[in-house]
Parts: sequence; C-alpha cells; structure tokens
Amino acid sequence: MANRVQIPTRNSALIAMIADEDTVTGFLLAGVGNVDLRRKTNYLIVDSKTTMKQIEDAFREFTTREDIAVVLISQYVANMIRFLVDGYNKPIPAILEIPSKDHPYDPTHDSVLSRVKYLFSAESVASGRR
Amino acid sequence: MSGQSQRLNVVPTVTMLGVMKARLVGATRGHALLKKKSDALTVQFRQILKKIVSAKESMGQIMKTSSFSLTEAKYVAGDNIKHVVLENVQSASLKVRSRQENVAGVKLPKFEYFTEGETKNDLTGLARGGQQVQACRAAYVKAIEVLVELASLQTSFLTLDEAIKTTNRRVNALESVVKPRLENTISYIKGELDELEREDFFRLKKIQGFKKREIERQQAAAKKYAEEKFAEKISLERGISVNSAHNMLSATMQKDEDIIF
Repeated sequence: MANRVQIPTRNSALIAMIADEDTVTGFLLAGVGNVDLRRKTNYLIVDSKTTMKQIEDAFREFTTREDIAVVLISQYVANMIRFLVDGYNKPIPAILEIPSKDHPYDPTHDSVLSRVKYLFSAESVASGRR
Repeated sequence: MSGQSQRLNVVPTVTMLGVMKARLVGATRGHALLKKKSDALTVQFRQILKKIVSAKESMGQIMKTSSFSLTEAKYVAGDNIKHVVLENVQSASLKVRSRQENVAGVKLPKFEYFTEGETKNDLTGLARGGQQVQACRAAYVKAIEVLVELASLQTSFLTLDEAIKTTNRRVNALESVVKPRLENTISYIKGELDELEREDFFRLKKIQGFKKREIERQQAAAKKYAEEKFAEKISLERGISVNSAHNMLSATMQKDEDIIF
C-alpha cells in the first residue's frame, strides 16, 4: 500500500510558537527559540495589535516550512484562525493548541478532539459536558 | 443504482470460469485480511485517543504551573526579563527528532525531543532572581516534554485516522462491488456453458433422429423393392398381371397354406 504522505525522518526539527507574550517568553527561556541567518524566527508573539493577516501568514509559513515539526498555538489565537486550523490536515507539522494564562484549556474547541467527538461517550472530555 | 452488480465482459469458456473462480477466492481472502487490519487499526486508534485525552488534561495542568512560575520569575527578576530573553534568542537548543514506527502495518511518526548545544544563560537573571529564572526554565522544559509527547500522539492519531478510512473504503469496495461482479460473471459463464451443452445435446438428438428415420426409410424402400421383384417374378411365371400378383403376395403375407409355390 503506497503511503502517499511521506513522513520524513529528521534529525533535528524546530518547535514553532504562535502565542501571547508570556507563553512565548517562557518557551524562549527554555531554549526553543531559533533565529536563523535571514532573521527568520520560529515564533510569533500575538498581542492586541497583531492583525489577523499576520497570524494567518505566520501559520501558513510555519506549516509549510520543512524544518518545523510542531506548532504550538494558543487556543484563543487558534479560535481567531479557526478555519485555517480546521482545514489543516497534514500530519506533519503537528498543530497543538495550548492554553494561555487568561484562557484556560477548552477541549470543546480543540480541532482534533472535535473531529472525533462522536467516538466519545457523554461524560468524556471533548463533549464538554463535564 | 443501475450497474451496481454488473458482470465483466468475458468470453464464456471453461478457462475463463477457472480464472474468475480464482479471482473470487483472492477477493474473498483479501476482504477478510483487510477487515482484520481495519479492526487492529481501530483498536490502536482508540488506545491513542484515550492517551491523547489524558495527555491534554495534564498539559493544561502543566501549562498552568509553568506560567505561574514565570509570573514568579517576572515578579522577582523584574519585568524586563522578557526583553532580555528575546534578545538572547539565537539557535534553538531544544529540538525534536522524528522517527517512523510501524504499527499494524501503518507507518506512524513519533517525535522525541532532545537538547542540542548549550542554552544561553548569560544575562538572564544576573541582577536578581536567578533562582526563580532557573526554576521557571525547568518548568517550561518539562512542559515541552509533555507537549512533544502530545504532538507525537496527535500525528499518529491523524495518520491512523487516514489509514483506517482508506482500509475501510477498500473493504467496502471489495464487498459491494468486486465480489458481486465476479459472482455475476461466474454465474453468467456457467449459464452460457449450460446453454451450449444443451444446444449440443439437442443437436445430437436431432441428428440421431435423422439417422434413425433415414435408416427406417431405407429399410422400407428395400422391402418395397424386394416385394416388387418378387411380384414381377410371379407374374412372369404364371402369366398374370402384376397387380393380381401383388394381391396374391399380400394375401400370402397372411400365411395361406393352400397356395403352394
């Protein structure tokens, strides 16, 4: 059976981030940030001044870059570009929705979990009836 | 839907019948195997799903703790720690490695994170609060661990989903299109072969009938000829007309003993 999606075995791939300032600072502190020779970063700090277009562009850029394997995106940012996130169906890079300080994690909006809501029973996470 | 169980266009010969039967056997076996594969994949799928749900919960928890420790660090080391950190970004020291794992015949990606190089520690928290900064960093590294695990689970989840859909599509196609078509073709060939056999049989019987009638006719003709000759002989001997000779002859057929020849 031909596997049409080629999953590359990479030795080093980056983790991209689209989140608010605090979250990004924390992750940069941990050492996830990368600035390459052309001053391209693998993170985007989203604040009240960031336009939707910037966010969309960053998302598209991160998902098409070959050296990025994981994209962390704050849930409220993901809600802003929900149509892009939901329409994204490649396995790599993986899109993970993380909570931010002001917006705790809400499983009902998670794009992956909502796709399999039908598999859950009534008391589980994704149905949001907790 | 018309055309749902058509048959293939083949020449109805015995060889083709054998070929079709072999293909039907192959299709049945393939169908059973694919069903098993689909079941195995679904089991894996549900397991991964459970793990994802629990991992997402713990992730929410961990993110909360790490952002709390960040607030602490900010409080202690001053608010401009953000700028210091932003300045300090050069090349990433935490990266992910992706491998492929074979699960029930499907290649699933798996991520693992590793540290490469030294994290640039200069300038952060030199003034004050170095300890808090270190604690914060440790908390975020732990968060990254969980997040990478989660990312790995998520990609396997999506890939498995795709694989299950494809396998199920194939199973359904075999069950509702390929097998009925082959079965129809087989019954058509059998029907045609029977028809040919019947035709042959019929032809044979007809020929036999002809032959029999031919033989009977010839026998009757031969007998008539023999009668004629005999009647002629008698008429020549006795000097009577052929007709009365015929009559006499037919009378003798009833075995009249008085007449002696």
